[in-house]
This record gives sequence, structure tokens and C-alpha cells, in this order.
Amino acid sequence: MSSQLIDIPALKARRNVNQRKRAPKALRIPLIAGGATLAALGIIRRSPLGIAMAAGGGLLVYRGITAKGGWSSSLIYVRKAVSIDKPPEELYRFWHNFEELPRFMRHLRSVRSTGRGLQWVSAGPLGKSFSWDAEIVEDRENELISWRSLPGSQIENQGSVRFQSAPEGRGTEVRVELMYQPPAGKLGAAFAMLFGEEPEQQIREDMRRFKELMEAGEIATTDGQPHGRRSKITTMLKSASGYGRTDEQMGAQRVVS
Amino acid sequence: MKALCWYGKEDVRVETVPDPKILNPHDAIIEITRTAICGSDLHLYDGFIPTMEAGDILGHEFMGEVVDTGSEVKNLKRGDKVVVPFTIACGQCFFCKRGLWSACDNTNPNAWMMEKLYGYSGSGLFGYSHLMGGYAGGQAQYVRVPFADVGPLKIPDGVPDDKVLFLSDIFPTGYMAAENCEIKPGDVVAIWGCGPVGQFAIRSAKLLGAARVIAIDRIPERLQLAERGGAETLDYSRCDDVVEELKFRTGGRGPDACIDAVGLEAHAMTPSGIYDEIETRLFLETDRPMVLRQAIQACRKGGIVSIPGVYAGILNKLNFGAAFGKGLTFKMGQTHMHKYMKPLLQKIMDGAIDPSEVISHRVALRDAPRMYKVFRDKQDHCTKVVLDPKAA
Ligand SMILES: NC(=O)c1ccc[n+]([C@@H]2O[C@H](COP(=O)([O-])OP(=O)(O)OC[C@H]3O[C@@H](n4cnc5c(N)ncnc54)[C@H](O)[C@@H]3O)[C@@H](O)[C@H]2O)c1
Ligand SMILES: [Zn+2]
Ligand SMILES: [Zn+2]
Repeated sequence: MSSQLIDIPALKARRNVNQRKRAPKALRIPLIAGGATLAALGIIRRSPLGIAMAAGGGLLVYRGITAKGGWSSSLIYVRKAVSIDKPPEELYRFWHNFEELPRFMRHLRSVRSTGRGLQWVSAGPLGKSFSWDAEIVEDRENELISWRSLPGSQIENQGSVRFQSAPEGRGTEVRVELMYQPPAGKLGAAFAMLFGEEPEQQIREDMRRFKELMEAGEIATTDGQPHGRRSKITTMLKSASGYGRTDEQMGAQRVVS
Repeated sequence: MKALCWYGKEDVRVETVPDPKILNPHDAIIEITRTAICGSDLHLYDGFIPTMEAGDILGHEFMGEVVDTGSEVKNLKRGDKVVVPFTIACGQCFFCKRGLWSACDNTNPNAWMMEKLYGYSGSGLFGYSHLMGGYAGGQAQYVRVPFADVGPLKIPDGVPDDKVLFLSDIFPTGYMAAENCEIKPGDVVAIWGCGPVGQFAIRSAKLLGAARVIAIDRIPERLQLAERGGAETLDYSRCDDVVEELKFRTGGRGPDACIDAVGLEAHAMTPSGIYDEIETRLFLETDRPMVLRQAIQACRKGGIVSIPGVYAGILNKLNFGAAFGKGLTFKMGQTHMHKYMKPLLQKIMDGAIDPSEVISHRVALRDAPRMYKVFRDKQDHCTKVVLDPKAA
């Protein structure tokens, strides 16, 4: 599916488009399987070496899962689709309430209407944040919304969301396309920290949260549930990943009332 | 509260942890009155399931009393007695609406991990690794139950816990395994594994009209229990060739349906079993599909192979050609719990079945670490362990 806004053939023709390198699928599965058994075996040993093996195994699983090329500061293009068991009107209406977008977009702190358009503020690592102004390019009721950052923005971007009714009461197919130019230099590094190695996954997670809110009325979470003592390694790995707001920080926003 | 936490292979401990609290509007907090150890928990205990973290609370078979409800839970109130299904489902998505409850789209916060491994993610599960959602489990004094207005089944007053506890997993699991066999009059069903799941598959196959059930295991007390449930038995440790034996007993045609109620940790001393042992130790294989191979080989042409036993990863040397050559149908997966709980409660109330007959041990929660080992090693005639979190 192509968009009026994002000209994919032209985009692909550009030489600096981020060629996303994936670990070949054939390699990824053994990586995951090997990681799982390595973790299992490491746990058998329960010695310092065993624990290291378990952690290494866990990392292998993780690497297998996320295997991809690194972050590049070239142009990023992402598209994702999700089916939601609600009519297009309802989904369009919720999305069109831009101030509400941070309810399911983990990396956004706020969206505000200004005289010029919309001001987006993202939640950055270490208290840093980015902001940019955008204008609505096209707005077709119950069908499509597209936007574009205004000249001079820290992060140049444009995107669209479309809502297409699926046949036989299968709800709505929602498709998001996003294109952006990550900033260079120090800003770029902070930006990469915020969005992680995988902008694609961030978008998919945002869309999953949108779907959960719309269908189930809340976003599934385990943040804040009890557990026994965690190992130092787990705690370290946890705090080293997952920028953006936690479910707990998103708090009451996670819910449709 | 007290809860059983996982710390590594063969290392589970009862610890004091914070009480759970309501996190979402469809949550409820349940004070647990009975909880059980499942064969699935043994895969965690043996370190077969990846993405476990030290400190994770285990347990997915539990029941108890509602002590608190979120703002959106209208059908439950304090004091209600409920059994909770081990799969968590939203009740609103494409899959829930089609009765595919364990495929719910909206309950796994870590769905992305599953998507990378399996293409798509199933529902969240209690106490069963971060891959399956990372939800704290119910081998504890209290548990948080998401979508409490969708899953938990209210139990009428006066019904003993032990009779209904297994509506949380193994009874529906055995039942769905048998239902998946599409049993017709005269059918012979062969069932590998006479653990709790196998026992309920045997009894359900009988309820659904199977003419004969042949149950396969090697543990004497489990084979006896199978016999009591109406099955003929086959001790595989005293049999050179299970497939040939089944052929012989079915007049050369083979069983109409085969149920693998063993899963990825099948035990065997046959060449194929030893092969799996070596491969899994060398990280070349994650699962040991020894029973699955036999079931495929034994099943009659055009028959059904139903797989409630859990598989998680990569299977080697699977005789898929035999499956194709005979035109077999495969049915498998986590149980669509929500579909079965109510009708099966009715069967219990009617006296058609008494699930408590599989219980061999009733102990306090603090004895759980020891009982994991006893259950895993089939010591002490152990067939099913029920834990009482309130016992001192
Ligand atoms: N699909 C689901 O939703 C679901 C739900 C619950 C349990 N399960 C799975 O069902 C399986 C059985 O669970 P359980 O609680 O009965 O476990 P269990 O470990 O108590 O029973 C397994 C039985 O299989 C027998 N066995 C081992 N190797 C065998 C072989 N080669 N041939 C025949 N029998 C063999 C063992 O002796 C044992 O009695 C497990 O894999 C469990 O994870 C699946
Ligand atoms: Zn279970
Ligand atoms: Zn659902």
C-alpha cells in the first residue's frame, strides 16, 4: 500500500536509506534455540561460570530475538499494520484527539495544539527531551490522518495513519507509515538511546498499546507486581534497556474510562 | 505474603514478597485457598523454558476468594469463590470472540518476544516465563488476576476445592485433547503419558464415547490410575516396540487418534530417545520429540494427532513424511480454557467425574520446593500435588 505522503519508490531510490540488516532468519532460530539451552545448562551448574553461562545464554536469546543491524543516522522508514476489532470511526476519533496520543505512545510526553500546529514533546533519557512542531497535511474523516514536521524541527519527520474497514465484521486494518531523519552528533546519540536500536519495534509496540486500549480498555502490564529477589545481572540488564516511560509512569493513562 | 519463587534449574524457594495490588481496572486480587504443581511447572524446574528470571513467582493452577476488585470488574465481589484459568484473555479481540482464548491478542506485555520466536504471540499465562507475559503466578498466598471479569469461574457454595481446582488447567486440557480427536463410535484412542493431563484425557475420551483407550506410561501407580479411568494400559518400559504393539492391539489398522500428553521432556531408552538426549545436551535441539515421533508413526491413515504436551522450540528428526504420507491431522496448543470451564464444572456437579481422584499429596505451601522434586522424580507414588497456602 502506498501513501500520498510518503513516496516509497522515490524513497527507496535514495542511496542513504537505512538498509536494515537482519541476522538471516536461518541463523536467528538456532541462535535462539542455542541460547535457550545454554541458559538452561548454565543454570544446571550454579557456579560462577554457570551463572555467566546462564546470563550469556539469556543474552544469546535476546540477541537472536533482536538480531539486526545497528543504528544508523540515515533516513528511517517504518511501516506497520495492526487489525483492531472496532469500527474505523471509533479509532479515528481516538487518534484524532492528539493530546491523548501519549496514552499509548511510550516515548511521547505530551502533544499540544499551538498556533502553528501541534507541538510534540518526547520523553528522553536522563531527563532530556526532544520537541518538534508538526502540521496536519491531510485529514480525511474516519480514513486517514497525515502530518509533517515544520521546517527547523530537531527531528524532521512525516507520517500517516490510515483506517480501513476489513470485510465480514473483522474490524479495522490500521496502517502507520513513518519516515524520519534522526539528528546527527550528540543529539543523535541521545535520540538513538531513546528510540533504541529498533524504531520499527517502537512503532509496533505503540500500535499494540493502541489496540489494547481500544479493544480491551486497558494496556496489559506487569509493572508493579511482586517478585522474589532479582539477581544483580537481571537488574543491570533491565536498567540498561527500555528508555521511554515505564508502564508504571504511564499509570492511569493506560486505561480507557 | 509467602510465594514460591524460581531461582534456577532445580532451585525454587518459598520467600516473603510484597502483596500484589490492583494495577489495571479489570484486575482482581485473589486470596488463594488451593494451588497445584503442574507437569508444565516441571519444564521450568528443569530449565527447559527460556526467559525465566530469578525471583519469578511460579504457579498457574489456583483458586481462592476475591479480596479486591478493580473499578471495571462488575461481576465479582469480595468473598466470591473462584477458579482462575491459567491463560489470560481479554474477551474482546478477534481470537477471544472466536473461542480461541489462548490466542488472545491483548494480554501478553512481552508479545514482541513471542513474535520474534513464533511469528505471533499467544495470550499471557500466569507464572510461565517472561516470554509468556511474565505474570506472577499463584503458588502464593495472593495473586493479581488481570481481566478478572472474563476468566475466573464462580464456584457455588458447598463444593469442595479439591473437586474443582483442576478446572484451572489440567481437566480442560485433557478434555480439549480428547475433543480434538473428534471421537466417533468405535474409535480407539492411544494416549502417551499417564500424568495428570493424560488421566483427564483418558476420562474425557471415555466421556466423549471412545470405544477403547490405550494408555502408555511406565509408572505403575499411574498405569493403575489409568485403568481405573477406563483405559487399557501399555507399559513402554516392558515393550520393545510401542508402535508394533499398538498395531497388533488395533487389528493392524492403528489407533484412530493419538494423544501426546508427555511433551518436550519425554523419557526413553530407545535409540531415538538417546539421540534426543545427546542433541539437547549439545544445544542442537531444544525439545525431545520422542513421543511425538511414535504417535505419528502409530496413528492410522487419515487419523488425528492431538498434542496437549508442551513443545517450545526446535525439533529434530521429526517424521513429517509419515504424517504427510498418511494424511494426518494435527491439533495442538495451549488450552482454550474459557470455553471449557463452565461445561466441565457442570460435569463435576452432575457426578460424571471427580477430578480429585488424581491427587496423591496435599501439603503446605512451604513444602513446595521438596514436592517439586518428588513430583518430577515420580517418587512416593506421586501423581499430583496440591498446596495449601494457608496451612501453617
Ligand atoms: N496444552 C496445555 O495447555 C497444557 C496444559 C497443562 C499441561 N500441559 C503439558 O502436558 C504435559 C503433561 O503434563 P502432566 O502434568 O501430566 O505431566 P507429568 O510430567 O506428570 O506426566 C508426564 C507423564 O509422561 C510419562 N512419559 C514420559 N516419557 C514417556 C514416553 N516416552 N512414553 C509414554 N509416557 C511417557 C511420564 O512417566 C509421566 O507419567 C506436559 O508437557 C505439560 O507441560 C499442557
Ligand atoms: Zn498446568
Ligand atoms: Zn482477547
